[in-house]
Amino acid sequence: MSEKFTIEIISPDRSIIKTETSEVVIPSFEGEMGILKDHIPLITFLRPGLINIKTNTDQKFFVEEGTVEFSNNNLLILTSTAKEVTKMNKKFIDTLISESEKKLDKNEITDKERYLLSYKLETLRNINQ
Amino acid sequence: MPSLDDLKKRIKSVKSTQKITKAMKMVAAAKLRKAQENAEKGRPYSQKMQNIILNLTRSISDPQNAPKLLVGTGIDKTHLCVVLTADRGLCGGFNSNICKLAKSSFKKILSEGKNLKIITVGSKGLDQIKREYEKYIIKKFSFKDKKQITFKEAEIIGNEIINLFKKNEFDKCILFYNNFKNVITQIPQAQQIVPADKTPIKENEENLSYEFEPEEDEILEDLLPKNISTQVFKAFLENAASEQGSRMTAMDNATRNAGDLVDKLTINYNRSRQASITKELIEIISGAESL
Repeated sequence: MSEKFTIEIISPDRSIIKTETSEVVIPSFEGEMGILKDHIPLITFLRPGLINIKTNTDQKFFVEEGTVEFSNNNLLILTSTAKEVTKMNKKFIDTLISESEKKLDKNEITDKERYLLSYKLETLRNINQ
Repeated sequence: MPSLDDLKKRIKSVKSTQKITKAMKMVAAAKLRKAQENAEKGRPYSQKMQNIILNLTRSISDPQNAPKLLVGTGIDKTHLCVVLTADRGLCGGFNSNICKLAKSSFKKILSEGKNLKIITVGSKGLDQIKREYEKYIIKKFSFKDKKQITFKEAEIIGNEIINLFKKNEFDKCILFYNNFKNVITQIPQAQQIVPADKTPIKENEENLSYEFEPEEDEILEDLLPKNISTQVFKAFLENAASEQGSRMTAMDNATRNAGDLVDKLTINYNRSRQASITKELIEIISGAESL
Protein backbone atom coordinates (compact mmCIF):
# COMPACT_ATOMS: atom_id res chain seq x y z
CA MET A 1 0.00 0.00 0.00
CA SER A 2 1.30 3.37 -0.89
CA GLU A 3 1.93 5.79 1.88
CA LYS A 4 1.12 8.83 -0.20
CA PHE A 5 -1.55 11.46 0.02
CA THR A 6 -2.39 14.49 -2.11
CA ILE A 7 -1.39 18.01 -1.26
CA GLU A 8 -2.74 21.09 -2.92
CA ILE A 9 -1.72 24.70 -2.40
CA ILE A 10 -4.19 27.24 -3.73
CA SER A 11 -3.88 31.00 -3.87
CA PRO A 12 -6.81 33.28 -4.72
CA ASP A 13 -5.76 33.61 -8.33
CA ARG A 14 -4.44 30.16 -9.16
CA SER A 15 -3.57 26.69 -7.99
CA ILE A 16 0.11 26.71 -7.13
CA ILE A 17 0.82 23.02 -6.81
CA LYS A 18 -1.03 19.75 -6.69
CA THR A 19 1.01 16.66 -6.09
CA GLU A 20 1.39 13.39 -4.22
CA THR A 21 3.70 13.13 -1.29
CA SER A 22 4.40 11.02 1.73
CA GLU A 23 5.17 13.77 4.21
CA VAL A 24 4.60 17.47 4.60
CA VAL A 25 5.83 19.80 7.31
CA ILE A 26 3.75 22.93 7.81
CA PRO A 27 4.41 25.94 10.04
CA SER A 28 1.17 25.81 11.99
CA PHE A 29 0.19 28.69 14.23
CA GLU A 30 1.15 26.84 17.36
CA GLY A 31 4.30 25.17 16.09
CA GLU A 32 5.65 23.11 13.25
CA MET A 33 3.52 20.16 12.33
CA GLY A 34 4.43 17.11 10.32
CA ILE A 35 1.61 15.45 8.42
CA LEU A 36 1.63 11.86 7.23
CA LYS A 37 -1.00 9.73 5.56
CA ASP A 38 -4.17 9.06 7.57
CA HIS A 39 -3.73 12.03 9.84
CA ILE A 40 -7.00 12.80 11.60
CA PRO A 41 -9.13 15.59 10.07
CA LEU A 42 -7.61 18.90 10.96
CA ILE A 43 -8.17 22.59 10.47
CA THR A 44 -5.50 25.06 11.44
CA PHE A 45 -3.75 28.32 10.62
CA LEU A 46 -0.28 29.03 9.40
CA ARG A 47 2.24 31.48 10.73
CA PRO A 48 5.09 32.74 8.53
CA GLY A 49 7.42 29.88 7.74
CA LEU A 50 8.26 27.17 5.27
CA ILE A 51 6.01 24.47 3.92
CA ASN A 52 8.22 21.50 3.18
CA ILE A 53 6.83 18.91 0.80
CA LYS A 54 8.95 15.79 1.03
CA THR A 55 9.04 13.92 -2.23
CA ASN A 56 12.24 12.58 -3.74
CA THR A 57 13.58 16.08 -3.63
CA ASP A 58 12.34 18.49 -1.02
CA GLN A 59 10.12 21.25 -2.28
CA LYS A 60 9.87 24.30 -0.05
CA PHE A 61 7.40 27.14 -0.09
CA PHE A 62 7.56 30.32 1.92
CA VAL A 63 4.19 31.41 3.33
CA GLU A 64 3.12 34.32 5.50
CA GLU A 65 -0.34 33.15 6.41
CA GLY A 66 -2.86 30.60 5.36
CA THR A 67 -5.52 28.12 6.29
CA VAL A 68 -5.00 24.37 6.28
CA GLU A 69 -7.54 21.63 6.05
CA PHE A 70 -6.75 17.94 6.11
CA SER A 71 -9.48 15.42 5.46
CA ASN A 72 -9.73 12.09 3.64
CA ASN A 73 -6.03 12.15 2.87
CA ASN A 74 -6.31 15.48 1.16
CA LEU A 75 -4.18 18.29 2.43
CA LEU A 76 -5.48 21.64 1.33
CA ILE A 77 -3.58 24.85 1.95
CA LEU A 78 -5.25 28.13 1.18
CA THR A 79 -2.85 31.04 1.14
CA SER A 80 -2.35 34.24 -0.77
CA THR A 81 1.38 34.48 -0.14
CA ALA A 82 2.99 31.15 -1.09
CA LYS A 83 6.31 31.47 -2.92
CA GLU A 84 8.61 28.68 -3.93
CA VAL A 85 11.92 29.18 -2.16
CA THR A 86 14.11 28.41 -5.14
CA LYS A 87 12.32 31.12 -7.12
CA MET A 88 12.91 33.85 -4.55
CA ASN A 89 15.91 36.04 -5.28
CA LYS A 90 18.09 37.66 -2.67
CA LYS A 91 16.95 41.18 -3.37
CA PHE A 92 13.31 40.27 -2.86
CA ILE A 93 14.09 38.59 0.45
CA ASP A 94 16.15 41.56 1.60
CA THR A 95 13.31 43.98 0.98
CA LEU A 96 10.94 41.69 2.89
CA ILE A 97 13.37 41.55 5.79
CA SER A 98 13.86 45.30 6.00
CA GLU A 99 10.08 45.85 5.78
CA SER A 100 9.46 43.47 8.64
CA GLU A 101 12.24 44.99 10.71
CA LYS A 102 10.67 48.40 10.32
CA LYS A 103 7.32 47.08 11.45
CA LEU A 104 8.89 45.38 14.46
CA ASP A 105 10.46 48.64 15.55
CA LYS A 106 7.12 50.34 15.86
CA ASN A 107 5.74 50.33 19.37
CA GLU A 108 2.04 50.08 18.66
CA ILE A 109 1.99 46.51 17.34
CA THR A 110 0.25 43.81 19.32
CA ASP A 111 1.93 40.77 20.81
CA LYS A 112 0.36 38.57 18.16
CA GLU A 113 1.79 40.70 15.37
CA ARG A 114 5.17 40.72 17.08
CA TYR A 115 5.05 36.94 17.31
CA LEU A 116 4.20 36.58 13.61
CA LEU A 117 6.79 39.10 12.47
CA SER A 118 9.59 37.52 14.45
CA TYR A 119 8.87 34.20 12.80
CA LYS A 120 8.80 35.84 9.41
CA LEU A 121 12.19 37.41 10.01
CA GLU A 122 13.69 34.21 11.28
CA THR A 123 12.49 32.22 8.30
CA LEU A 124 13.66 34.80 5.81
CA ARG A 125 17.08 35.02 7.40
CA ASN A 126 17.39 31.27 7.26
CA ILE A 127 16.57 31.24 3.55
CA ASN A 128 19.13 33.93 2.95
CA GLN A 129 21.98 31.97 4.41
CA MET B 1 -34.76 61.27 -51.16
CA PRO B 2 -31.18 61.73 -49.97
CA SER B 3 -28.72 62.79 -52.59
CA LEU B 4 -25.97 60.52 -53.87
CA ASP B 5 -23.37 62.43 -51.88
CA ASP B 6 -25.34 62.00 -48.66
CA LEU B 7 -25.59 58.27 -49.20
CA LYS B 8 -21.91 58.02 -49.92
CA LYS B 9 -21.05 59.84 -46.70
CA ARG B 10 -23.41 57.66 -44.73
CA ILE B 11 -21.88 54.46 -46.08
CA LYS B 12 -18.44 55.71 -45.23
CA SER B 13 -19.36 56.57 -41.66
CA VAL B 14 -21.09 53.23 -41.06
CA LYS B 15 -18.06 51.44 -42.43
CA SER B 16 -15.72 53.23 -40.05
CA THR B 17 -18.03 52.49 -37.13
CA GLN B 18 -17.92 48.87 -38.16
CA LYS B 19 -14.15 48.98 -38.06
CA ILE B 20 -14.23 50.29 -34.51
CA THR B 21 -16.69 47.71 -33.26
CA LYS B 22 -14.72 44.98 -34.94
CA ALA B 23 -11.54 46.10 -33.23
CA MET B 24 -13.31 46.30 -29.89
CA LYS B 25 -14.59 42.79 -30.37
CA MET B 26 -11.09 41.52 -31.05
CA VAL B 27 -9.73 43.25 -27.96
CA ALA B 28 -12.58 41.91 -25.84
CA ALA B 29 -11.99 38.41 -27.14
CA ALA B 30 -8.33 38.54 -26.20
CA LYS B 31 -9.09 39.96 -22.77
CA LEU B 32 -11.90 37.49 -22.26
CA ARG B 33 -9.58 34.55 -22.59
CA LYS B 34 -7.40 35.84 -19.82
CA ALA B 35 -10.26 36.90 -17.60
CA GLN B 36 -11.98 33.57 -18.06
CA GLU B 37 -8.81 31.75 -17.14
CA ASN B 38 -8.47 33.86 -14.02
CA ALA B 39 -12.07 33.29 -13.04
CA GLU B 40 -11.71 29.56 -13.43
CA LYS B 41 -8.47 29.48 -11.51
CA GLY B 42 -9.94 31.55 -8.73
CA ARG B 43 -12.97 29.35 -8.22
CA PRO B 44 -11.34 26.54 -6.20
CA TYR B 45 -10.03 28.93 -3.57
CA SER B 46 -13.35 30.51 -2.77
CA GLN B 47 -15.14 27.17 -2.95
CA LYS B 48 -12.74 25.44 -0.61
CA MET B 49 -12.84 28.39 1.74
CA GLN B 50 -16.61 28.12 1.85
CA ASN B 51 -16.27 24.37 2.49
CA ILE B 52 -13.95 24.84 5.42
CA ILE B 53 -16.31 27.34 6.95
CA LEU B 54 -19.22 24.97 6.48
CA ASN B 55 -17.27 22.22 8.21
CA LEU B 56 -16.40 24.58 11.01
CA THR B 57 -19.98 25.69 11.42
CA ARG B 58 -21.10 22.14 11.75
CA SER B 59 -18.74 21.32 14.53
CA ILE B 60 -19.10 24.53 16.47
CA SER B 61 -19.87 23.65 20.05
CA ASP B 62 -21.63 26.73 21.31
CA PRO B 63 -23.85 28.40 18.73
CA GLN B 64 -24.90 31.14 21.15
CA ASN B 65 -21.41 32.55 21.36
CA ALA B 66 -20.46 32.01 17.75
CA PRO B 67 -19.02 35.00 15.90
CA LYS B 68 -21.65 37.46 14.75
CA LEU B 69 -20.36 37.41 11.19
CA LEU B 70 -21.47 33.79 11.00
CA VAL B 71 -24.81 33.79 12.75
CA GLY B 72 -25.84 37.39 12.19
CA THR B 73 -26.88 39.99 14.71
CA GLY B 74 -30.21 38.36 15.37
CA ILE B 75 -32.16 41.25 13.94
CA ASP B 76 -33.00 41.91 10.33
CA LYS B 77 -33.30 45.65 10.06
CA THR B 78 -30.60 47.20 7.93
CA HIS B 79 -29.47 45.72 4.64
CA LEU B 80 -26.18 46.60 3.02
CA CYS B 81 -26.07 46.05 -0.72
CA VAL B 82 -22.74 45.97 -2.52
CA VAL B 83 -23.20 46.43 -6.24
CA LEU B 84 -20.25 45.45 -8.42
CA THR B 85 -20.26 46.81 -11.97
CA ALA B 86 -17.77 47.73 -14.64
CA ASP B 87 -16.07 51.07 -15.17
CA ARG B 88 -16.62 51.02 -18.89
CA GLY B 89 -19.68 50.95 -21.05
CA LEU B 90 -20.34 49.44 -24.47
CA CYS B 91 -20.76 45.95 -23.10
CA GLY B 92 -24.35 45.14 -23.89
CA GLY B 93 -26.66 44.51 -21.00
CA PHE B 94 -23.88 43.75 -18.56
CA ASN B 95 -24.22 46.76 -16.28
CA SER B 96 -27.96 47.17 -16.69
CA ASN B 97 -28.61 43.56 -15.78
CA ILE B 98 -26.84 43.90 -12.45
CA CYS B 99 -28.54 47.19 -11.74
CA LYS B 100 -31.93 45.81 -12.65
CA LEU B 101 -31.54 42.96 -10.20
CA ALA B 102 -30.16 45.29 -7.55
CA LYS B 103 -32.97 47.80 -8.01
CA SER B 104 -35.67 45.17 -7.67
CA SER B 105 -34.03 44.07 -4.42
CA PHE B 106 -33.86 47.66 -3.20
CA LYS B 107 -37.54 48.08 -3.87
CA LYS B 108 -38.33 44.93 -1.92
CA ILE B 109 -36.18 45.93 1.03
CA LEU B 110 -37.71 49.40 1.18
CA SER B 111 -41.28 48.11 0.82
CA GLU B 112 -40.67 45.83 3.79
CA GLY B 113 -39.84 48.92 5.82
CA LYS B 114 -36.18 48.04 6.29
CA ASN B 115 -33.21 50.34 6.10
CA LEU B 116 -31.12 50.32 2.97
CA LYS B 117 -27.46 51.14 2.54
CA ILE B 118 -25.63 50.88 -0.74
CA ILE B 119 -21.98 50.58 -1.67
CA THR B 120 -21.20 50.84 -5.36
CA VAL B 121 -18.08 49.55 -7.02
CA GLY B 122 -17.45 50.70 -10.57
CA SER B 123 -18.66 53.94 -12.09
CA LYS B 124 -21.28 52.57 -14.47
CA GLY B 125 -23.41 51.09 -11.73
CA LEU B 126 -23.15 54.30 -9.75
CA ASP B 127 -24.52 56.30 -12.69
CA GLN B 128 -27.54 54.05 -13.00
CA ILE B 129 -28.31 53.73 -9.33
CA LYS B 130 -27.82 57.30 -8.19
CA ARG B 131 -30.76 58.53 -10.23
CA GLU B 132 -33.24 56.93 -7.86
CA TYR B 133 -31.30 55.84 -4.82
CA GLU B 134 -28.69 58.53 -4.33
CA LYS B 135 -29.54 59.17 -0.67
CA TYR B 136 -28.92 55.55 0.27
CA ILE B 137 -25.43 55.36 -1.19
CA ILE B 138 -22.90 55.47 1.63
CA LYS B 139 -19.70 54.72 -0.22
CA LYS B 140 -18.41 54.64 -3.78
CA PHE B 141 -15.44 52.71 -5.06
CA SER B 142 -13.85 52.87 -8.44
CA PHE B 143 -10.74 51.11 -9.62
CA LYS B 144 -10.68 52.78 -12.99
CA ASP B 145 -6.95 53.40 -12.96
CA LYS B 146 -6.09 49.82 -12.06
CA LYS B 147 -5.24 47.65 -15.01
CA GLN B 148 -6.10 44.43 -13.30
CA ILE B 149 -7.98 43.95 -10.11
CA THR B 150 -6.04 41.92 -7.59
CA PHE B 151 -6.76 40.49 -4.20
CA LYS B 152 -5.67 43.79 -2.64
CA GLU B 153 -8.59 45.68 -4.09
CA ALA B 154 -10.96 42.98 -2.92
CA GLU B 155 -9.46 43.27 0.54
CA ILE B 156 -10.10 47.01 0.62
CA ILE B 157 -13.77 46.39 0.04
CA GLY B 158 -13.84 43.40 2.37
CA ASN B 159 -12.31 45.44 5.17
CA GLU B 160 -14.78 48.24 4.58
CA ILE B 161 -17.65 45.76 4.94
CA ILE B 162 -16.18 44.32 8.12
CA ASN B 163 -15.59 47.76 9.64
CA LEU B 164 -19.19 48.72 8.97
CA PHE B 165 -20.33 45.47 10.53
CA LYS B 166 -18.26 46.04 13.65
CA LYS B 167 -19.85 49.45 14.00
CA ASN B 168 -23.25 47.76 13.80
CA GLU B 169 -24.11 49.65 10.66
CA PHE B 170 -25.94 46.76 9.06
CA ASP B 171 -27.36 43.30 9.79
CA LYS B 172 -27.27 41.68 6.42
CA CYS B 173 -24.97 42.14 3.46
CA ILE B 174 -25.72 41.18 -0.11
CA LEU B 175 -23.31 41.19 -3.04
CA PHE B 176 -24.54 41.87 -6.57
CA TYR B 177 -22.49 40.74 -9.53
CA ASN B 178 -22.65 38.81 -12.79
CA ASN B 179 -21.79 35.15 -12.69
CA PHE B 180 -19.85 34.04 -15.75
CA LYS B 181 -21.37 30.92 -17.22
CA ASN B 182 -20.13 31.12 -20.76
CA VAL B 183 -19.43 33.73 -23.40
CA ILE B 184 -23.05 34.44 -24.19
CA THR B 185 -24.65 33.73 -20.83
CA GLN B 186 -23.94 35.78 -17.75
CA ILE B 187 -26.30 35.48 -14.86
CA PRO B 188 -26.76 38.43 -12.52
CA GLN B 189 -26.54 37.19 -8.96
CA ALA B 190 -27.33 38.31 -5.46
CA GLN B 191 -25.14 36.55 -2.95
CA GLN B 192 -25.56 36.97 0.76
CA ILE B 193 -22.20 37.20 2.50
CA VAL B 194 -23.15 38.37 5.99
CA PRO B 195 -24.30 36.37 7.88
CA ALA B 196 -22.46 33.58 6.13
CA ASP B 197 -24.56 31.49 3.82
CA LYS B 198 -25.44 28.24 5.54
CA THR B 199 -26.56 25.69 3.04
CA PRO B 200 -28.13 22.72 4.78
CA ILE B 201 -25.89 19.74 5.39
CA LYS B 202 -26.25 16.97 2.89
CA GLU B 203 -27.58 13.84 4.53
CA ASN B 204 -25.26 11.31 2.97
CA GLU B 205 -22.17 13.29 3.79
CA GLU B 206 -20.38 11.93 6.77
CA ASN B 207 -19.84 14.32 9.58
CA LEU B 208 -16.11 14.43 10.11
CA SER B 209 -14.97 15.53 13.49
CA TYR B 210 -12.07 17.87 12.99
CA GLU B 211 -9.19 18.61 15.22
CA PHE B 212 -8.77 22.32 15.64
CA GLU B 213 -5.68 24.22 16.40
CA PRO B 214 -6.25 26.81 17.90
CA GLU B 215 -9.89 26.66 19.06
CA GLU B 216 -12.83 26.75 16.62
CA ASP B 217 -13.87 30.21 17.71
CA GLU B 218 -10.45 31.64 17.12
CA ILE B 219 -10.23 30.07 13.69
CA LEU B 220 -13.65 31.37 12.76
CA GLU B 221 -12.82 34.86 14.05
CA ASP B 222 -9.91 34.96 11.66
CA LEU B 223 -11.38 33.05 8.78
CA LEU B 224 -14.71 34.82 8.38
CA PRO B 225 -13.30 38.24 7.52
CA LYS B 226 -10.92 36.53 5.13
CA ASN B 227 -13.84 34.73 3.57
CA ILE B 228 -15.63 38.01 2.89
CA SER B 229 -12.65 39.35 0.97
CA THR B 230 -12.40 36.06 -0.86
CA GLN B 231 -16.03 36.17 -1.89
CA VAL B 232 -15.65 39.77 -3.05
CA PHE B 233 -12.58 38.77 -5.02
CA LYS B 234 -14.45 35.89 -6.61
CA ALA B 235 -17.21 38.30 -7.57
CA PHE B 236 -14.60 40.58 -9.13
CA LEU B 237 -13.15 37.78 -11.21
CA GLU B 238 -16.54 36.57 -12.36
CA ASN B 239 -17.51 40.12 -13.18
CA ALA B 240 -14.35 40.77 -15.19
CA ALA B 241 -14.92 37.68 -17.30
CA SER B 242 -18.59 38.50 -17.74
CA GLU B 243 -17.82 42.06 -18.78
CA GLN B 244 -15.48 40.95 -21.55
CA GLY B 245 -17.84 38.19 -22.67
CA SER B 246 -20.74 40.57 -22.75
CA ARG B 247 -18.74 43.19 -24.63
CA MET B 248 -17.59 40.63 -27.14
CA THR B 249 -21.11 39.51 -27.99
CA ALA B 250 -22.39 43.07 -28.07
CA MET B 251 -19.62 44.19 -30.40
CA ASP B 252 -20.06 41.13 -32.59
CA ASN B 253 -23.72 42.02 -33.00
CA ALA B 254 -22.85 45.64 -33.70
CA THR B 255 -20.38 44.61 -36.39
CA ARG B 256 -22.97 42.40 -38.02
CA ASN B 257 -25.61 45.12 -37.87
CA ALA B 258 -23.23 47.62 -39.41
CA GLY B 259 -22.54 45.14 -42.22
CA ASP B 260 -26.26 44.78 -42.90
CA LEU B 261 -26.68 48.53 -42.90
CA VAL B 262 -23.83 48.99 -45.36
CA ASP B 263 -25.42 46.43 -47.71
CA LYS B 264 -28.75 48.18 -47.56
CA LEU B 265 -27.26 51.60 -48.11
CA THR B 266 -25.16 50.35 -51.03
CA ILE B 267 -28.26 48.99 -52.77
CA ASN B 268 -29.99 52.31 -52.18
CA TYR B 269 -27.00 54.15 -53.50
CA ASN B 270 -26.80 52.03 -56.66
CA ARG B 271 -30.51 52.39 -57.29
CA SER B 272 -30.52 56.12 -57.04
CA ARG B 273 -27.41 56.34 -59.21
CA GLN B 274 -29.16 54.22 -61.85
CA ALA B 275 -32.28 56.37 -61.53
CA SER B 276 -30.36 59.57 -62.11
CA ILE B 277 -28.61 58.10 -65.18
CA THR B 278 -31.94 56.97 -66.63
CA LYS B 279 -33.40 60.39 -65.95
CA GLU B 280 -30.57 62.11 -67.75
CA LEU B 281 -30.88 59.76 -70.72
CA ILE B 282 -34.62 60.45 -70.99
CA GLU B 283 -33.93 64.16 -70.91
CA ILE B 284 -31.35 63.89 -73.71
CA ILE B 285 -33.60 61.70 -75.89
CA SER B 286 -36.70 63.81 -75.43
CA GLY B 287 -34.61 66.89 -76.11
CA ALA B 288 -33.36 65.39 -79.38
CA GLU B 289 -36.88 64.33 -80.40
CA SER B 290 -38.33 67.76 -79.96
CA LEU B 291 -35.87 69.23 -82.46
